[in-house]
Amino acid sequence: MLTMFRWIVVRDLTLAWRRRADVLSTLFFFVIVVSLFPLGIGPESQLLRSIAPGVVWVAALLASMLSLSRVFENDYHDGTLEQMLLTPQPLLLVVLGKVLAQWLVSEVPLAVVAPLLGVQFDLEPRTLWILFLSLLIGTPVLSLIGSIGAALTLGLRGGGVLIAVLILPLYVPVLIFGAGAVDASIMSGNIQANMLLLAAFFLLALVFAPWATSAALRISLE
Amino acid sequence: MNIYKYASPTVFYSLAGKMIPWFAIPAALLFIAGLYVGFFIAPTDFQQGDAYRIMFIHVPAAWMGMFLYVLMAFYAGIGWAFNARLASMMAASISVTGALFTLLSLVTGSLWGKPTWGTWWVWDARMTSTLILLFLYIGFISLQAAIDEPRRADRAAALLAVVGVINVPIIYFSVQWWNTLHQGATIRILNKPTIAPPMLAAMLILLAACWLYSIAVVLVRVRYIILEREQNAARVAAVAV
Repeated sequence: MLTMFRWIVVRDLTLAWRRRADVLSTLFFFVIVVSLFPLGIGPESQLLRSIAPGVVWVAALLASMLSLSRVFENDYHDGTLEQMLLTPQPLLLVVLGKVLAQWLVSEVPLAVVAPLLGVQFDLEPRTLWILFLSLLIGTPVLSLIGSIGAALTLGLRGGGVLIAVLILPLYVPVLIFGAGAVDASIMSGNIQANMLLLAAFFLLALVFAPWATSAALRISLE
Repeated sequence: MNIYKYASPTVFYSLAGKMIPWFAIPAALLFIAGLYVGFFIAPTDFQQGDAYRIMFIHVPAAWMGMFLYVLMAFYAGIGWAFNARLASMMAASISVTGALFTLLSLVTGSLWGKPTWGTWWVWDARMTSTLILLFLYIGFISLQAAIDEPRRADRAAALLAVVGVINVPIIYFSVQWWNTLHQGATIRILNKPTIAPPMLAAMLILLAACWLYSIAVVLVRVRYIILEREQNAARVAAVAV
């Protein structure tokens, strides 16, 4: 069973490496969206500092939407996904493996780049660190919940927009506590509570989301 | 008597047709009664004047918006688990009514907010979570509309509704916590802890009216859904003529 899991992760990472442009375009989308906000709002550093957590987090939600619509798409079109459903190994492992690969490829780079963008918004080093950590804990939740939407919208017309309508409302708690942690660090408030809640969401999503995604895949492929 | 036969859409079609007047007429009567009590018997509020009377529509609409989401998820779940077509059709029918009540509660809320709070919109916990509830309804409806094959649409939407039901309390409490963190407007919906008996009576009568109205309108809509989906079944064709 673990071989299967490892095989899925390695395979998806290899595929992502061969299509580097897809991964990079998501990352650039994130960078560009965040950089547009100062242009739209104005360069006052006080204002920028107070909107930075929300802006970076919302941009991360949007960027992960973009990459999520691709998690199952290619495998669905060439029939690999159907074969994966037929394997004797549990479908949960396939889902977990694909979500892990998606997170490594598309979400971790966001968390790594985010502190750099935070510098543009005049954040302090300690806050940059919290921004990185909150994204690192929060983005797996985005991948896990988002995979449900990706599985539900497989092969539909306008699936990319639809997945945003389905999934973005479910991201609200992660956004609140992720941005809340960074906010708290700016105002030297209580960071720990926000971080612990993010971690709790991660554990909840880890238990329930792969199950829902497998069910959704079976619905979409029957 | 075998009640399971009513799970067949064709049989239910004619049963629903007979049931509709039994809900629609009491709903109309209770609306008239409730509005009469609300406008002529309930006293004027000493703080808000007559503006508070919008509460008689606002509060029942908000409650219906929440109840109907749970009811919709319940029906969708039954339709998914037991492969019952009629239950899925009921869920699809309820979703529109629920979304409209949620929208109504948001609109009446902001109409009420302008004279009493001086602003159309406040990012208060209840309003924000009602807005997100509306987004969840929109997700359910648009997922169902995007899938051409009805049974796949039913199952996919059912899964989304069940995920949504699990998330609603989490969203509600996180929004509430977010609100207190941000030290937002600490406005209470009702400034007085107690409420005059005629006010409560008008609200409860209108709540009952909204329930009966919802049942009637859901039955009307489910009849159209049955006609649309089962148009090839000869018996529906016979009934519909």
